Amino acid sequence: MTLREIIETLQAKVVLDNHDERMVVERARASDLMSDVLTRVNPGALLLTGLTTPQSIYTAEMADVTVVCYVRGKRPQEETLRLAEERGLVLLSTDLPMYESCGRLYKKGLKGGTET
Amino acid sequence: MKSNGVNRTLQAARTQELIYELKVQQAMTTKVITVEPENTMEDLRQILKLHQLSGTPVMNEGDLVGIVSVEDLIRSLLEGNGSEPVKQRMSANFVTLYADEPLVHAVQKFERHGFGRFPVIDRKTKELVGILTKGDIIRCMLQRLEIDFHEQEIRRYKPSDWFAELESDRTTLGLRYLIQGRNFQRAGEASSKLKQNLRTLGIAPEAVRRITIASYEAEMNLVIFTGGGELSAFVEPGKVTITVVDHGPGIPDIERAMQPGYSTAPDWVRELGFGAGMGLPNIKNCSNELKLDSKVGEGTNLQFTVFT
Ligand SMILES: Nc1ncnc2c1ncn2[C@@H]1O[C@H](COP(=O)(O)OP(=O)(O)OP(=O)(O)O)[C@@H](O)[C@H]1O
Ligand SMILES: [Mg+2]
Repeated sequence: MTLREIIETLQAKVVLDNHDERMVVERARASDLMSDVLTRVNPGALLLTGLTTPQSIYTAEMADVTVVCYVRGKRPQEETLRLAEERGLVLLSTDLPMYESCGRLYKKGLKGGTET
Repeated sequence: MKSNGVNRTLQAARTQELIYELKVQQAMTTKVITVEPENTMEDLRQILKLHQLSGTPVMNEGDLVGIVSVEDLIRSLLEGNGSEPVKQRMSANFVTLYADEPLVHAVQKFERHGFGRFPVIDRKTKELVGILTKGDIIRCMLQRLEIDFHEQEIRRYKPSDWFAELESDRTTLGLRYLIQGRNFQRAGEASSKLKQNLRTLGIAPEAVRRITIASYEAEMNLVIFTGGGELSAFVEPGKVTITVVDHGPGIPDIERAMQPGYSTAPDWVRELGFGAGMGLPNIKNCSNELKLDSKVGEGTNLQFTVFT
């Protein structure tokens, strides 16, 4: 699935655009708990989370995740934004709740993460 | 959105420009190995082999009289004529380039004549000053463009190489990071720095990923459950060992703490994205060796190794 399709599917706002929207994202992982994210996450995946602290970015960094999407209309904290910018990540924000975000993406064929 | 397309177009344009700007003499090899017409094909074989050449000019008392290639040599050897002189096999109607011609002429001549190499002569003195192959052109262009060339250099001189070259029975590079307890603004910073450093050292991305996922989990445990501590990484050829030490409350039941889902984290920690009880299991999954020692009231010592 391309980044463009993800943005459209989630009706997301682009908070930080660091990549070509034609970039292909193959897997996603969704959780508000970071260690839960890290159990099954692939490099280059999309991370869906309601956590907007700097740890959302550090978690993405360690797992080589390239796109982070904040659900429930959340916006990243200032320090979070700075860290993401420094690391060249793509940040999105959708008003949809977690369940619906995942459901829509899954329906369109985006797969979940595999074991680390 | 940023795009690499623009960059690629710019590079293509620059290549076009360069091929007109650069002169043959800037790309040619000046140390020319030559043979004489009376040399045997067997002599030629040895010369080509010794200097790793695919062809060479033939010189007679300072005059360029022909050019002989490895194809000529093979044909001669196939016919069993290793002892025949080079002059029997060389091409006498060769094409030359002037040293001051633009490279674009050379490219056109390569296309037109299908030769592998051109002798380069000085326009005034008509003396042989160099030899030009397609490889020379490409090398020269890449240098000018600095495309991938920088990357190649970095790859060629990546620190892991000189690291491997350091002579000792056991070379270890130590990196040390202090971790502050309860500081969520900076929790993750140590592992982030570690990640950058391991990358710089040229360690494989997959290994770096496992090392830093594990170190990040350990770092978070220090931030959440202790007043802080120290994380050190020992980088050796073939493996990285991380040691995380704190003087916090300690873990009463290690076996239990290692269970997936076991957590004593209070609600405020969960609100900050931790407390799934998956940290220690993740560390175990990511590492090849793991040792966890803890004493209640004294602190915890975690050590794990990842093979690289
Ligand atoms: N350095 C430490 N000092 C004291 N207790 C610790 C330390 N590390 C872990 N623990 C204890 O072990 C438990 C399990 O740790 P683990 O990292 O697996 O899960 P967690 O930190 O609770 O949640 P998560 O890592 O999923 O965010 C913790 O809840 C805590 O009680
Ligand atoms: Mg933990």
